[in-house]
Amino acid sequence: MRHLKAINKKARRIDGLVSAMDADVVALQNQPAPQQRPHVPMGCALAFSPGWEVDSAGGTAGLCQPVERDIYDCYVTCFWPAQVPDHLNNYPDWASKCAAATKDWRNLDLVFP
Amino acid sequence: MTATQTCTYRLGEFHPFEAGGRQFLYLVPAGAIFEMDPSAAAVLSLLSEGAATHEELIGKLTQRDFAYHDATELVQELFRARVIVATDSIQEPLEAPPSDFPLQSLVMNLTNQCNLSCQYCYEFGDDKVATPEGKPKFMDMATAKASVDFLLEQSSGRKAVHITFFGGETLMNFPLLEQVVKYASRRAAEQGRQIDFSLTTNGTLLTPAIIEFLSQNRVGVTVSMDGPPDLQDKLRVFANGKGSYDIIAPRVKALIQNHRTRPITARVTLTKGVTDVVRIFRHLKDDLGFHEVGFAPVTTSPDRLYAIGERGMDGVLEEFHILADEYLEYALRGEMHGFSNVSDTIAELYQGVNKSHPCGAALGLMGVGPSGDIAPCHRFVDSDTHSLGNIATGVDRAKQADFLNRGHINNKYDCRTCWARPLCAGGCHHEAFVRYGDTGHPNLHYCDWIRDWTDTCLRIFGAISAQNPEFLEKFAERKALN
Repeated sequence: MRHLKAINKKARRIDGLVSAMDADVVALQNQPAPQQRPHVPMGCALAFSPGWEVDSAGGTAGLCQPVERDIYDCYVTCFWPAQVPDHLNNYPDWASKCAAATKDWRNLDLVFP
Repeated sequence: MTATQTCTYRLGEFHPFEAGGRQFLYLVPAGAIFEMDPSAAAVLSLLSEGAATHEELIGKLTQRDFAYHDATELVQELFRARVIVATDSIQEPLEAPPSDFPLQSLVMNLTNQCNLSCQYCYEFGDDKVATPEGKPKFMDMATAKASVDFLLEQSSGRKAVHITFFGGETLMNFPLLEQVVKYASRRAAEQGRQIDFSLTTNGTLLTPAIIEFLSQNRVGVTVSMDGPPDLQDKLRVFANGKGSYDIIAPRVKALIQNHRTRPITARVTLTKGVTDVVRIFRHLKDDLGFHEVGFAPVTTSPDRLYAIGERGMDGVLEEFHILADEYLEYALRGEMHGFSNVSDTIAELYQGVNKSHPCGAALGLMGVGPSGDIAPCHRFVDSDTHSLGNIATGVDRAKQADFLNRGHINNKYDCRTCWARPLCAGGCHHEAFVRYGDTGHPNLHYCDWIRDWTDTCLRIFGAISAQNPEFLEKFAERKALN
């Protein structure tokens, strides 16, 4: 923790718990592992976003994230103008009616450049 | 977007304090102590004006030149540590202790007889709860052996257990004490466990031979003593009214000089007219040489002549503060000062205790009287009303559960909003019974005093942690003396 400094035993336990929340969940995490780094999705294929994949039955129903969500993988976490409108300069509001992609994807604005 | 970002934040339950120019907070539901930086303090000051949604809070912080990312991280940290909360604060019920909670300490009242007639005595005085009529006056070896076996049997899983010898005047039954130490040491060794001993005495019967035995067997000694002659002799008198100071002083000096294996402590009872805490401390610490001196106001109903009134208690607290300031100076130099009231509280703050009950009575600690009757602690020994069974027949679990249920912090409505409850938990069961006729009643007559004292000790703790943190490591193994 950066702003609270634990100075008794109980506080140190809380510090441990809070710090653990920041670490990502990884497979075999109980093994003595090197320091865990947060998972930062950078780019598409390496992040294995489920939208590019199929589930074990060959469909998209059983993915761990809804397939519609991958629209945002092209929107906030990487810039890929071929797939989504340019939200940085020309169309900052194009997704403003789409709060939850799974539910509201039909509200995404059409863009006519 | 995570769920935390749509909620409304409020201040959690904590007690803020300042020490050594730094800001701290005592997180009440946990008993945790944190030093906070100015950023954390800024969030708390914003929320002290009223609740705010995530967006409002972040907005206000960014207006104060926090970068958006820093503000989010700051709020998240405080939220996760529960310094700020988002839901209605529902006090999470403390769990009741398991019914087979293992014993750790047994207080053996070797006799209920005493050679002094201190007027305020809780065992013989006007407010006594003991009903010793028709019961044995001295414990015999069979009962003592059964008690030791009881302790070892009821403490399964513990590597180390403890016996405190008590009275009456404990040393009036020294022959039994000697035998118990030998028997218990042998039994514990057979089981590969550790046992240690301590005793409380008025000091009148100490002899060189007794002192040598106590030192050889590492028996810790607490002497009940009220100070220099004029104060000691006020209430700590023989049956003929003669004061006890002149008898005790040379014996105590010999004890401190020759008992080298454990620190020797004095335990002072404060009464009306015996409130010169600083003078008493100087005399017992500097003139007589006690390692530690602890003070407690007398347990009494409020109308007794020796009761300390509210104004008297304010004076006591002022004197406590003088010694507390001294304690801090010593601690910053890395030295022990000897004022037990601070050390005991610091020891609990170091651990971050959060008590379901004010003390270990009827949990890890029990008392046994000369008759073998089991009591929640030494103060209830020989009381028929509070008996929890007999050493021969075992603990009456229903009575024990009733006692613990009454004393549980969740059943003390007045304590629910008090920030000092993790340490106090309503205060001494016996004091509550004497004052209010119910062991489970919160000791409302000293709430302000407890809060003031806890705050004082928190500030000492904070200052030490900032300026000499190694000193606090001395408390890693120390347990509160009571």
